[in-house]
Amino acid sequence: MKRAVWVLAVLLSHWRRHPMQLATLLVGLIAATALWSGVQALNQQARVSYDRAAALFGGARTAMLIDPAHATFSQAAFVALRRAGWPVSPVLEDRVQVNGRSVRLLGIEPVTMPAETASSSAIDRNDLHAFVAPPGRTLVAPEALRDLGLVAGATPRINDSAELPPLQSQPQLAPGVLIVDIGVAQRVLGKPEQISRLLVGKTAHGAGDLPDKVAGATLQWVAPDSETDLARLTDSFHLNLTAFGLLSFLVGLFIVNSAIGLAFEQRLPTLRTLRACGVSARLLNVVVVVELVSLALLGGLIGLIGGYVIAAALLPDVAASLRGLYGAQLPGTLSLQPQWWLAGIAMSVLGALAAAAASLVRLARLPLLAAAQPYAWQQAQRRWLLRQGVLAAAMLIAAVGILIFGDSLLAGFAVLAALLLSAALALPVLLDGVLRLGGKGARGALPAWFWADSRQQLPGLSLALMALLLALAVNVGVGTMVQSFSATFVRWLDGRLAADIYVSAANETQAAEIRRWLATRTDISAVLPGARTEVQIDGAPVEIMGVADHATYRENWPLLRSAADGWDRVHRGAAAFISEQLSRRLHLDVGSRLRIDAPGGDWSLDVVGVYADYGNPKGQLAVNIDALLRHFPDTPQTRFGMRVAPEHIANVIAAMRAAFHLDARQLADQATVKAESKRIFNRTFAVTAALNTFTLGVAGIALLTSLLTLSGSRLPQLAPLWAIGITRERLAVIELLKTMAVALVTALLALPLGLLVAWCLIAVVNVKAFGWRLPFQVFPMQLLELLGVAMVAALLATLLPILKLARMQPTTLIKIFADER
Amino acid sequence: MLKVVSLSKSYRSAQETVDVLRGVSLAVARGESVALTGESGSGKSTLLHLIAGLDEADDGEVWLEDVRVTGLPDAGRAALRRARLGLIFQQFNLVPSLSVADNLAFQARLAGRHDAAWLRELIARLGLDGLTKRYPEQLSGGQQQRVAIGRALAVKPALLLADEPTGNLDEATADEVVRLIRDLVARSGCGLLMVTHSARLAAMLDRRLHLSGGLLA
Amino acid sequence: MNADRHLSRRTFVASLAGLGFAAARAQAQGFAGLGGEAAGFAPVAPGRKFVFPDDFGAHPEFRIEWWYVTANLHDTNGAVYGAQWTLFRQAMAPGPQREGWANQQVWMGHAAVTSATAHRFSETFARGGVGQAGVTIAPFEAWIDAWRMSALPPLSDETFAPLQLTAAGTDFDYALRLDAKRPLVLQGDHGYSRKSERGQASYYYSQPYFTATGTIVIDGQSNAVSGPAWLDREWSSQPLAADQTGWDWFSLHLDGGDKVMLFRLRQKDGGHYFAGNWIGGDGRSVPLLSDSIDMTPLAFTDVAHRRVPTQWRIAVPSHGLAVDCAPLNVRSWMGTSFPYWEGPIAFHGSHNGVGYLEMTGY
Repeated sequence: MKRAVWVLAVLLSHWRRHPMQLATLLVGLIAATALWSGVQALNQQARVSYDRAAALFGGARTAMLIDPAHATFSQAAFVALRRAGWPVSPVLEDRVQVNGRSVRLLGIEPVTMPAETASSSAIDRNDLHAFVAPPGRTLVAPEALRDLGLVAGATPRINDSAELPPLQSQPQLAPGVLIVDIGVAQRVLGKPEQISRLLVGKTAHGAGDLPDKVAGATLQWVAPDSETDLARLTDSFHLNLTAFGLLSFLVGLFIVNSAIGLAFEQRLPTLRTLRACGVSARLLNVVVVVELVSLALLGGLIGLIGGYVIAAALLPDVAASLRGLYGAQLPGTLSLQPQWWLAGIAMSVLGALAAAAASLVRLARLPLLAAAQPYAWQQAQRRWLLRQGVLAAAMLIAAVGILIFGDSLLAGFAVLAALLLSAALALPVLLDGVLRLGGKGARGALPAWFWADSRQQLPGLSLALMALLLALAVNVGVGTMVQSFSATFVRWLDGRLAADIYVSAANETQAAEIRRWLATRTDISAVLPGARTEVQIDGAPVEIMGVADHATYRENWPLLRSAADGWDRVHRGAAAFISEQLSRRLHLDVGSRLRIDAPGGDWSLDVVGVYADYGNPKGQLAVNIDALLRHFPDTPQTRFGMRVAPEHIANVIAAMRAAFHLDARQLADQATVKAESKRIFNRTFAVTAALNTFTLGVAGIALLTSLLTLSGSRLPQLAPLWAIGITRERLAVIELLKTMAVALVTALLALPLGLLVAWCLIAVVNVKAFGWRLPFQVFPMQLLELLGVAMVAALLATLLPILKLARMQPTTLIKIFADER
Repeated sequence: MLKVVSLSKSYRSAQETVDVLRGVSLAVARGESVALTGESGSGKSTLLHLIAGLDEADDGEVWLEDVRVTGLPDAGRAALRRARLGLIFQQFNLVPSLSVADNLAFQARLAGRHDAAWLRELIARLGLDGLTKRYPEQLSGGQQQRVAIGRALAVKPALLLADEPTGNLDEATADEVVRLIRDLVARSGCGLLMVTHSARLAAMLDRRLHLSGGLLA
Repeated sequence: MNADRHLSRRTFVASLAGLGFAAARAQAQGFAGLGGEAAGFAPVAPGRKFVFPDDFGAHPEFRIEWWYVTANLHDTNGAVYGAQWTLFRQAMAPGPQREGWANQQVWMGHAAVTSATAHRFSETFARGGVGQAGVTIAPFEAWIDAWRMSALPPLSDETFAPLQLTAAGTDFDYALRLDAKRPLVLQGDHGYSRKSERGQASYYYSQPYFTATGTIVIDGQSNAVSGPAWLDREWSSQPLAADQTGWDWFSLHLDGGDKVMLFRLRQKDGGHYFAGNWIGGDGRSVPLLSDSIDMTPLAFTDVAHRRVPTQWRIAVPSHGLAVDCAPLNVRSWMGTSFPYWEGPIAFHGSHNGVGYLEMTGY
C-alpha cells in the first residue's frame, strides 16, 4: 500500500510540472461530464414530471372505466360497481379557467382511491378531514400557485363563477392541476352526482365480470398504459437532447484522449525507470488506473456541478419548448435524484477509461527495455490511414443500410451516427490525400517540407480535427434544419392564421352574446366560426377541427396536395382534409376513407387533401364546421375568427375588450398570435442551438489542447529548420498556416457533411419524430458564417502554441540537439 | 554473491536467430568491482539486463545471494530490483518531474529502506549539496549521473549494475564518476558489475571480464 | 419509488385513525382518539330505553358504532372454522347529517375467516352520503361495498333474525344464514356498558343465540358449515378513558347453553378494568362485577412482531367458571390498518365450549 502511494506520488509529480496538461485533461473530463449530465438532468426532470402527471390519481397508469359516449356519467355507476365488489374510485375532471389561466380541476375520492394510484397525491394525514369536509381544500403544486399569481389560502373562482376551497400548496403535485374532493368538484363544476371516470384498483373483493350496463351507462374498460402519452409524445424531443449530450460527451472524450495520450508518451521513460527500480508491472498498472480514476472522479464531480448549472440555465427554455410543443408541464426548478449524480460520475470514469484504453493497453504491454529501432512513421501512418479508410467505408455502408432498412426514430439517429462516424474516420484519409496533392504541386524545399510535415502531423491532430468536423457538421445540419423550419413555418403560419382577429369566449353564453354583438358591427367583413373536438383513432388522440367554408380558408389553407374538388366535398360534409402527421401515421392519403366513432353515429369521411400542421404532436382532421356539430353536438362553439380590414383591427379589439372583459388569452389579433407562435417555435430550438454552441466550443478546446500537446513534441522537427536559418517568427507563421490549412480543409469537408446531416434530420429524423417533413433548403450565408466561426476557432486555438513558439528561447531549441539521442 | 551459470540468450528476428549469449558463467564477490568489456553487440548489456531481471534468459541461471533470479515471476524480480539491486544506465533515467532529492530517495522509499543519514552521506560524497531542490533538466550530464548513482546506492544494494554509466560524459567527468562509483561501492560493501567499452575505465576496477561473441574470454 | 408515492390508502387510513376511526370494537382506545372529548356528540347515559327495530339501525348522532358478528363453525367432517363480519361507522364531525359527499360519516368493513391452518381477512372503506355503505332499517340492511348483513323477511324485532351475512376478500368468501329463537340480550346494566371507573360507557346489546348455516370458501375450497354465532351492536361517543391502552374481549358459548361476555380494559398504569355479563339459560343477563372476574394469560405467541397472549385462564368464581382457553389458530392476526388479534377459541375446565377472542392494543 505504502509502495503504491509512493508510485502514485511519482506519477502525480508529472502533473505538477505540466499543469497545462492536467488542466486540459480536466477540462475534457469536465466538459464531457457537464454536457452529458446537464442534458440527462433535463431529461430526468422532464420524465419525473411526466410520471407525476401520469400517476396523478391514475392518469394513465391505472385501469379505468369510462363512458365513451359521454364526458361524464352518473355516480350511481360507482355505487353499483362498489356494491358488486369492484374496487373502483370516482374521478371528476374538467378544464377550468382560474385567474385567466386554463388548468385541470380534478375531483378525487380519497377514501376509495386504489392504493396503487397513490403518487403525488400525498395528502397529509391530518388534512384528510380538512380535505373532504366543507369547505374542503384545493391542493395545488407550488409552481402552479405561482403561475396563477395566488397565495395559499386564497379561494379563487373558476370560470368566474363558483368559488374553490382554500388553496393549499402541495409540493409533490404535478403543475397545472388543482385537486379537490369529488364532492367539491361536482358542486363547483355544476355536475352533481356526475363523474368522468372510475379508477379500477387491483384488489377486487369477489367481483365478477363487468356488467354490460352499469346504472344506465355503457362503460368501457381502458387498460393501464405503461408509457404515458406525454412520455411518448416527447420522446423525440428527449432523444434529440440525448443525441446532443452524447455528441458533446464524445467530443469531450477526444480532449481527454489526447491529453492522456500525451501524458503517457511523456511519462514513458519515467514508467520504465519505475519498473527498473523495482515496481512490478501489476502495481504500476493498478496505480496508473487509480490515478486515472481519481482524476476522472475529480473532473466528474466538477463536471456534474457544471452540468447542474447548464441544466438549470437551459431548463426555462426546455420547459417552454415542452409546454409549447406538447403542453407538458415542467416545474421551473431542478430537483435531481441520487442516480443522476452516480450516473454522471460513472460516465466520467468510464469515459476516461475508454479514452485512456489505448494508453492503458500500451502500458500493460510495455516492454521494460526501450526498443532502439527508429520509428518508421511513414509506414505506420500508411497502415493507420488504411485502417481508418476501411472503417469509414464500413460505417458508410452501415449508414446506407440502416437508411434503407430502418424504420424508426432510433434508426434515424443511427443513420446520423454512422454517417458522422464514417466521415470522422475518413477525415484523416481525405486530409492526407489533399496534403499529398499539395506536396506534389510544391516547388522548393520549404514548401515541400511544409506539406510533408503537415502530413506527419496528421495523426496527432486528427482526433481534434475529427471533433471539429463533427461539431461543425452538426452545427451546419441543425442550423440548416432550423432555418428551413423557420422559413417554412412563417409561410405556414400565414396560411393557417388567415383570420385577422381570434376570439375564444369563456362559455357558450358569452359566445352567443359576442356573436350577436358582432352582427351589429359594420366594420367586420366576416365571422368565421371554429370548433374543435377530440377523438381516439387507433389508440391515439386526434383533433377534429371544424372550419367554415369561406374564401379565407380556401385561399390560405396550407394544403400539400388535394383532390380537385376538395373544398366543395368538405363543404358537403362527407370529406375531410387530414394533417400530414395523421396521413403518415394512418397511411392515409387523398382518396382514402376514414371512419370516426361519433356520438351522433359513425361518421365516414373521404380524405380529399393533406395539409401541413407543423409542431402539432396530435393528428388532425379539418372538416366542415356544420358537419362537425351535427356529429358532435356537444362541441363547444366558443371560438371564432374574424375578417376585419386592417385599419379597423385595433378599434374592434378595443371595443370587444371593453364590452366583454376579454383578456389577451381570449382575444388576440393575428399579429399577436403569430408572434406568440414564433416565440414558442424559437424556444423549441433554443436548447438545440445552445447545445450546438457548447459543442462547437468543446471542439475548439479539443483543437487547442491537441495543438498544445503537439507543440512540445514538434520541437525536434522545428529545431533543425531553425538551425538552418529560419527565424522563430517565420517558423511560427508556417506553423500557423499549416494548422489553418488543415482546419480549412476540415471545415470545407464539414459543409457538405453538414448538409447531409440536415437532410437526415429533415427527411428521416423529423418525419419519425414529429410526423411531418419540411422542404429542404440551403442557406449559403449561414454556411459562410459557420465557416468563419470555425476558422476563428481554429485561429484562437492555434494562437497560443504559435505565440509560445515565436517567443521560444533559443536555448530551448538548442537543447533539442543536446537531448536528442 | 552474484553467480551466473551458463547463461544463454538469443533473439529471433524474421530473417535469423542471433545468439547473443552462449553459456556465460561468472561470479562477483561482495565488495568486488568488476568491469565487463566487449565490442558493440557483444552482449554486455544483455547480460546485465538478464542479471537485473529486466529480461528473461533462454537457459542458465543467475543467483543473487540466496535467490535464483532466473525463473522468478515479474513481481519477485521487481522486489529484487527494488531492494537488492542498484541500476545505473547510460541515459540517466531520472524522473523529470521529481526534484533531485526525491529522485535520490524514491527507490529507497519504494523498497522501504529509506536511511536519511546514508542519503546525506551520499549527497555529500556525490557533491550534490545545494542541488537537491533542482529538477534533473536543470543539471549537467555529470550531475544527473551522480543523482542516478545516488539513487541506486540509496537502497544499500547487494549489487550495483552499471551499463555504460559514463557513455554520455566527457573523459574527465567519466573518470571522476567511475572513481566515485568505485569508492562508494567499497564504502557500502556491495558488489559492482560495470559494462563499459573503455579499457581505461575498466582498468580502474578490481577485475575485468571481456565478452566476445557471446562468450567470456 | 419515492416515499411520497406511497400515499395511497395507507395514508388515508392513517388519517382516518387521526380522526378517531377505530379498527375494532375496542380500538376505541386512547391512541385512536376515542379517549378524547366528545363535544357535540350525543352522550351515553344509563337508563336508555331500547326500541326495535329502530335500534337495529345507525345512531349518527353518536360518534362511533358497530355491527359485529362472530361465528364458531364446523363442517360435516368436524373441521373447525371461525368467521367475522364487522361494519364500523365513525362520524368525523357532530351536527346534522349533511347530504351527499359532504356527509360526515366514514364507514369501514372488516371480514375474516379462520381455520386451523389459515387466517384470511380483508378491509374496505367508504364515505357516507352516496350509498357505498350504510344501514337501513326497513328492510334491514347493513352494507359496505359487496359485503352485506340483510334481513330475510319477515325479520323478527325480538330476535333480529333471520339474517343473511355475506363478505368476500381476494382469497376467501362466505355466505351465512343466521337464525335465532331467543330474544336479544342487553349487555351491562340494561344495555348501559361501563368501560371505566370514571364513567366512560357505551350502549351495548347482543344476540348470542344465533345459529349460523352456510358456506365458507377458502382458496376456492368450499365448505358447508354450521355453528353458533354472536352479534354485538354497540355505539358510543367516548367509550374509553384516556389512559386505557387496549382490551381483551371474550364471548363464550358454554355447552350448557349459558353465554358469557367478558372484557378486560388495560390501563397505562398496569391496572385493569374488568366487566362482563353472564347470560343464563333463562335469558337473564347479569352484570359481572369488576372484582369477580379473573383473566390470566397462560402463553404468548409472537405474531406480526408483537407478543400476543393467545392462551388464557378465565375464572368467574361467583358462577363456578374456571376454564383454560386455546385458540383455533394462534395466528388469527388482523393485519388491517389498525391491526389486532381476533379468532375463534375453544375452552375446557369447569365448563367446555367455544367462543371468540379479540385482543387490541398489542
